[in-house]
Parts: sequence; C-alpha cells; structure tokens
Amino acid sequence: MSHLPAPIFSLKHLPVLNVHSIESLGTFDGPGIRLVFFLQGCNFKCLYCANPDTIAFEGGNPYATEDLVAMARRQQPFFGKKGGITVSGGEPLIQAKGLIELFKALKEAGFHTCIDTNGSLLNDDVKELLDYTDLVLLDIKQAQEERHRKLTGRSNARTLAFADYLAQRGKATWIRYVLVPGYSDAEEDLHALGQRIMDMPNIEKLEIQPYHKLGVHKYASLGWAYALSDVPANTAEALLKAKALFQAYVPEVVIN
Amino acid sequence: MFKSGNWQNAIDVRDFVLKNVTPYDGEGEFLCDASARTKHLWQLCLTAISEERANNGVLGIDNEVVSGITSHGPGYIDQEQELIVGLQTDQLLKRAMKPYGGIAVVEKACQEHGLEVSDRVKDIFNNYAKTHNDGVFDVYTPEIRLFRSLGILTGLPDNYARGRIIGDYRRVALYGTDRLIEAKKLDMLGLIGPMTDERIRLREEVAEQIKALGQLRELGAIYGLDLSRPAQSAQEAVQWVYLSYLAAVKEQDGAAMSLGNVSSFLDIYMEHDLQLGLIDENYAQELIDQFVMKLRMVRHLRMDAYNEIFAGDPTWVTEAIGGRLADGRHKVTKTSFRFLQTLYNLGPSPEPNMTILWSNSLPEGFKKFCAQVSIDTSSIQYENDDLMQCTRNSDDYGIACCVSFQEIGKQIQFFGARTNLAKTLLLAINGGRCEMTGKQVLHNIPELKSDLLDLEEVMTNFRLAMKEVGRVYNDAMNIIHYMHDKYYYEKVQMALVDTNPKVNLAYGAAGLSIVADSLSAIKHAKVQVVRNEAGISTDFKIEGDFPCYGNDDDRVDVFAKEIPAYFNKLLKELPTYKNAEPTLSILTITSNVVYGKKTGATPDGRAQGVAFAPGANPMHGRDKSGALASLSSVSKIDYKDSLDGISNTFSIVPKTLGADMEQRKENLVSIMDGYFSKDAHHLNVNVLNREMLEDAMEHPENYPQLTIRVSGYAVNFVRLTRAQQQDVIARSFFETI
Repeated sequence: MSHLPAPIFSLKHLPVLNVHSIESLGTFDGPGIRLVFFLQGCNFKCLYCANPDTIAFEGGNPYATEDLVAMARRQQPFFGKKGGITVSGGEPLIQAKGLIELFKALKEAGFHTCIDTNGSLLNDDVKELLDYTDLVLLDIKQAQEERHRKLTGRSNARTLAFADYLAQRGKATWIRYVLVPGYSDAEEDLHALGQRIMDMPNIEKLEIQPYHKLGVHKYASLGWAYALSDVPANTAEALLKAKALFQAYVPEVVIN
Repeated sequence: MFKSGNWQNAIDVRDFVLKNVTPYDGEGEFLCDASARTKHLWQLCLTAISEERANNGVLGIDNEVVSGITSHGPGYIDQEQELIVGLQTDQLLKRAMKPYGGIAVVEKACQEHGLEVSDRVKDIFNNYAKTHNDGVFDVYTPEIRLFRSLGILTGLPDNYARGRIIGDYRRVALYGTDRLIEAKKLDMLGLIGPMTDERIRLREEVAEQIKALGQLRELGAIYGLDLSRPAQSAQEAVQWVYLSYLAAVKEQDGAAMSLGNVSSFLDIYMEHDLQLGLIDENYAQELIDQFVMKLRMVRHLRMDAYNEIFAGDPTWVTEAIGGRLADGRHKVTKTSFRFLQTLYNLGPSPEPNMTILWSNSLPEGFKKFCAQVSIDTSSIQYENDDLMQCTRNSDDYGIACCVSFQEIGKQIQFFGARTNLAKTLLLAINGGRCEMTGKQVLHNIPELKSDLLDLEEVMTNFRLAMKEVGRVYNDAMNIIHYMHDKYYYEKVQMALVDTNPKVNLAYGAAGLSIVADSLSAIKHAKVQVVRNEAGISTDFKIEGDFPCYGNDDDRVDVFAKEIPAYFNKLLKELPTYKNAEPTLSILTITSNVVYGKKTGATPDGRAQGVAFAPGANPMHGRDKSGALASLSSVSKIDYKDSLDGISNTFSIVPKTLGADMEQRKENLVSIMDGYFSKDAHHLNVNVLNREMLEDAMEHPENYPQLTIRVSGYAVNFVRLTRAQQQDVIARSFFETI
C-alpha cells in the first residue's frame, strides 16, 4: 500500500519531469515558504549526501509540467510575500529542458522561482532556464580543487565557472556550503571560498549548512556504505567561527 | 464616562464594544512581566497543583455541600495579595459536588478518591430529587442504549452536564445585576398566553434566571462586593466578569464552559483607567494575570472514566481573542496581548483555552506575536474569523467548547458529543451488524453481494446506515436536552443570554479520515473483505495503491468533503427539541483513542483497535507530501456542511518552521494566512520536538506545565493517560531533513 500521491502521467502534456518527491512546506530552500520539487538523478555522489536515494537516474515518478504548475497554484495562498517554488534534487539542471517549460509557466503565473544546483552543467538550456529563474542556490562543496575531488569524486572547475557566469549575468545567488568536519571546515577552505566569491555582487547571502547524519539510514536501505560514519557533527563553536570568517567576504551569512 | 449608544437603552454589549473599543495596531513591546504579588500567588497555585497531582489528581472534595452559586463561603489563595477574588469553594482546588447531572457519577467520583457522599445528600438525590441522568434513562429507547453501549454514539452528555452554553459575562460588568433583573422582568411581562408547553416552559426558565441573578448579587456580597451596580473601574470590570463566570462554574459542571470574548470588552475599561492615569500598565497586566490565574484554578469533580473521552481534566474556559468588527475595524486590543502575555508571566497552560480569531487583515504585529506565542508555548489555537463572520453573520461571538461558533448572549448550543462514522461504514459492510460483537444494530442493510468491495454497493449501504444512525442520534439528542433543561437548567448562564435565544443542536462525527481513505481504497485499489465464520468482517485485503486523504489529492479529498455534507443533510431533516438548528462538527477531543479501541479493522488497512486521527486530521503517517498539502486537504471540507467546526491539529518541529525565530514567526503567519484564505476553519498549532514529549512521558515531574494542543483544546501532556500520550507522539510531526 502506498500513500504517495500518484503522478498523473499523460503523454499529451509533455514535457515530463522525473520527480523524486515533493515537499509542500520547504523552509530551508530559498526565501519564505517553498513548494520544493526534488528531481531524481544526480551527476555528483557527495560522500555526505543526505538524500542518496535521489542520486540514481532510474526510479522517480514522472510528472507533467502542467500538473506541477497546478500544484503551485493550489499552494499559492501559503507563499506570503516571499515564498514560491524551488527545484532541487538530485541535480535539477540535468532536466533543464523540461524545467524551462515549468519555469516559464510559473513566471507567467507570477511565482518566485528558485533552483538549488551544484552548478556543474552550463549549456544553452540551462542559460535559457536562468531567464525564468529568480534565485539560484549554488552549492559549492569545496573551493579547493583537490579537496573537492576527495569529497565529490569530481573537479570543482565547472561549479566555479558557473558562479562566474551567474556573476556576469548579475543573477541573484545564494551560496550554500556544507561544513563537513575534516573535509571542508579548515580555515584555508573557508578563505579559499570567500576569496573566490568576494567580488561577486550578485551573491546576496551565504548559507552554512551544518553537517548532519540524518540521512544515513537511507544508505543502509540502498545497500551502500556510508564513508563518513566517523565524522562528528559540527560544534556550535565551529559553526560560529565559520560564520565570522565568511562575514569578511559576503554581506549576509547564516547558519541553516 | 463612555461613548453613548444603544447599549444605554437596551442590553446590548456589542454596541458598547463597537462604540468604545480602541483597536491596537502595534506590537507587544509595551507588555509587562508578572508583578511580585502575581508571582507570589502563582507560586501558591503551583504548589497546590503539584499536591493535586501527587494526590491522584484531586486535592480535595467537599462531600457535604451541594454546589450552587452561593453554596460556599469566600475562598482565597492569599487574600491580601489578590486583586481579583473568588474560588469555587472555600479552598483552592477543592472540588464540589454537582449532583443534578447524576448522583451516581458524583458517588463514583468520590469513591475513586476514598470518600463517600454525605448521607444527607445521598438521601436527597436518591429519594427526593430527580437528576438529569435519571430523566434521560427513564425515557431512552432500547436502540439508543444499544448504540451507546456499542460505541456508535459516544460521550453523550447524559450523565454529566452538557456545558457549551456561554453566558454573556460582560453584561454584569456593564449593567450590574439590578438592571439585568429589571430587563428579565420586563421580558416576563411580555410572555403571555396562550399558555402552550413552550410558553409555560419559557416563563419558568425566566423565573429561574431572575432568581439566579439575585444569587449572583449575593455571591458578590460574600466577597464584600456590590454586583448590583455596573463596574466602575478596570479592576471592578474584571472582578464582575470573573464572579459571573464563577457563579456559572459553581452551578454547573458542563464539559466545556467557555468564557466568551471578554478581552476586548475589558480593554475599554483598561484604556479608560490608563488614560486617566488611575492605573499603569503594570497594574493592567496584573489584573489580567490574576484573572487568568483564577480561570486556571477552575475544577470539576469527574469520575476516572470521563478521562477516556475528555483527557487531562479539561474545563474549556475558552476565550476568543481578536477578530474583526463588521465595520471593517479589527478587534485586537492591548488586552488581547495582555491575555497572551499570561502564557509567559504564568507559563504555558491549557486553560483558559485561548483562541485567536484569525483574519488575514489583522495587524501584522499581532499576527507575529501570536505566532511567537505558539512557537514558545503551543498553548493557543486559531479559527477563521473571516469565514465565521460571513457564514454566521455576527461579529460578536465566542467559541463554545473547542471550536464552535456561538454568538454571545444571542444564541446557545446543545452539545451532543459524536457518532462514529468509521463504525457506521462497517455496519454498511456487515449487513447492519456490529463488527466487534456481531450484534444486529441496523435492520435495513442488505448483505453485500460480493466480498470484493464495490464502491456503489458500499455507498448505497453506507447512506442507509448513516440515515439510521442519524435518526437514533437525533432521538438521543432531543431526549438529553429536554431532560437537561428540566432537571439541570443553566440558570445563571441563561440569565446572561437573551430570553428565548436561537439554539444550535451540535452533532459531531468522528473517523472521517478513515472513511475517506476506505472509500478511496475501494475505488482505486481492490479491497477484499476477510470474514469470520459468523460472516463478520475481521480484516481487509488490499491490492494496489490508492490515494490517501492529507496529500492535497482530489481523488480522495472529495470523500472527506462529501461525507460530512451528506450526513449533515440527513440530520437537518430531523425534528429537534426547541426547534434547534442542527450543526455538525468534525471533532474528536481525545476520544479518537477510545473510538479506535471500539472499532474493528477498516477497509483503508487500519487494523482493529488502532486509534483514529483526531478531528478532521488525516490518518497518522499517511500525509506524506508535507504539512501544507495536509492542510490543503483539510481545508476542502466545507464549513457550511460542518457549522459546529472542523478541527485540525497541526504538529511541527520548531526547526522545520525555519532557521531562526524571526523566520519561524514569519513562516507560521504565512501558513495561517494561507490555510485560512482557503476557507479552512480551525487549526491547533503545536511547535514541539518529539524527543521532548518522550522525555516528558518518562519524567513527568520535569514538565508540569508542558502544554500541547489536541483536537480543539489544549491539555497538560503529563495528565494524559499513557495510551493517549503514545497516540500524540505517533501522530504526524512535520519535519524536513
């Protein structure tokens, strides 16, 4: 017996997005109250990923753009002055083509739109999608190349180039940074990130995401090993220290 | 001293408020902490409360004197320090006997605490006086008794007082008892022939009311106060209102005895005295703190079994705060803030049951303050003022019991607990037999042709079953209220209501989410009945997926909307005592646990004995699309079909509301604005961590004031039974990872 709302799949309403899950009360994924669509599939495999069940490209539920817009309309009364729709994942930009249609429709209906991305994809679809995007939440895992590879298995060059592109377009951006003890919390890590983004006036805010293990149980059910089981949670002191350090570079720093 | 108006020519408190109220648009920065006197008194109360808890929940019982308006001498906490005086008996937290509801219940309650009712009182009530309970059971039909014993009808006020009636306690402050007596005497002069049953009854009622007003004046005299004249200061206004309420809770032990909407009325006196420099803010807060403290000390003598339905010894001193006036102004005053401030000055508490009448156009400062109070105390609830005003056509109303609209001084309600719709659905599936006992309950329900359930066939039977259950329920309600009027009439409360008010007959229904999910399963999946050798359903095998109520999915939410509409329509067709207008609530209080125990397995996959969701809530754990989707589903139930109220209890982990207090307040305001703009009716808000509740179960002594909102009211968590505590913890707590 499943109690998930069944996706309404109809071929005539293409494009269809592959959705992992939907959160109707998102309070950590952009300003105000957000309707969050978590898309299925990610090209990263970060060691600390709290949603490892969104990584695989298979699975997920197909949703017609039109139905997602209808959902947003139904939820509109809750958005207040600031809220809106956030697309997260997984890595949403992999489905940029489908998202263009969704965001176009959402903008036409007057919604605030937001994308939470690792910034590893920058093609024409993504560029067009950004025309309909009010705010980008850019997850920079590590500003130092070697340590980025260790954490994600990939280079950070594309992500940093994406940041440059956003700066060049003047696109409102919040940087999100997970503070993983031993992996991304060294002072030089923080300075490296701060220096990289300090001259980007489009960056309104930096959100420090404390490291937590609340998603670890999902690894077991996927049959995966969790590589960071020895990593402790952040101390309050370390979080405050990181915040103070970032404040020298970014106008607003918050701990989520 | 006040702006003139019709209130001077007639008993018209609304007009007085309208002409004199000072709406306040600001924030809470003016508020004061508890005074030294208040803290001293509250400490004495806390000590008494902890002794009460240690003594099996009851500090003392007066087993000699039958409670009435003037039955007891004065009682004080510490007289010198009290700005507002009056206790139900001569001693703090000592409970009094009110045997007119039923002597057996009083005897049992005393025995459970090692006492016997005095021989004199036993003699009177067993041999001379007749009680409400005697009257009801004299005339109950066999089928009502059967419905009651099988748990199809539960919590009927047939052995305790019905409550729910709200006296307009403001009247005593504004007019004094002499003027009110005069007005009632004038009414009496107009009640002339022909002397029909109705007319005779009304004349007798008004005569009783006039006597009660005299006793109310005497109650004032016991405390050295002259209630015969209007209050002349803020202190007197609070005192007059409180003593009038006190008279009501000395005379009656109704399940729920609301206060009404006194805060903005009292604010007029506060503003007056503040403007003239007669009092300062500190003193104004002190008056409200001490008033609220007294309201928190109200107790009734109940037997243990009562707790199964109404857990945690509630009194439902419900006070409605905020809302708007019909002229477009809002009714938020500084005293609205002062009432909420008591939750800081005296700590969180279930009583008085503070209910915010929410309108999207209330001032932002007040909205945010309410959100903060919810986040800090989980002690308040919200109702949709825009919706109630336009549907019920009044801007001067209170909340009766948990969630029910009641125009103050103009209307009353006859309370009727509720029926079990999930069990009714099982009657439809079992040829009218009870699934727990096999007893034949209904006689017009055909056996199903197939055990693979077909929606149309089930619905046809279900409609028949609802009609029969409605008929028996209606019979019970008419009997109960006839007898309550006859043997346990609310004299002093009715003296503070217009003569011959409009009456609502307040029916209730439980198990809506189970019914909705069951019908969804039957429609969208394959549901096969598993029957025992007697042919009674014991389980249901479900093949395939089906949408569940609570995910903003119309394919199932439509059932949650249509079933109450249908049942309500059936109830409206039945004759009512005193021509009362039937209304329906989707509300359970804490009886969702006991309902579960009395209901077999249901076609939604719920196992036998599993607790129902409270009120109109989706079933635990089935609302998987987050909090707002869940709220959206509930908002689809039409208030017009459930005018007695649609209760929804919302529990959320603080962090899920946002990263810091400012964001949490903002987001909670947005949630409420959104929910109510979708024409939803009611919301209980709990902002709590599950871990805290688990710890409180193990270490109740550390959480004496931990308050949580249950269906329509608040309760001290540590006073719930263990099963009820587990049920609360098992409910959906919305959290995000």
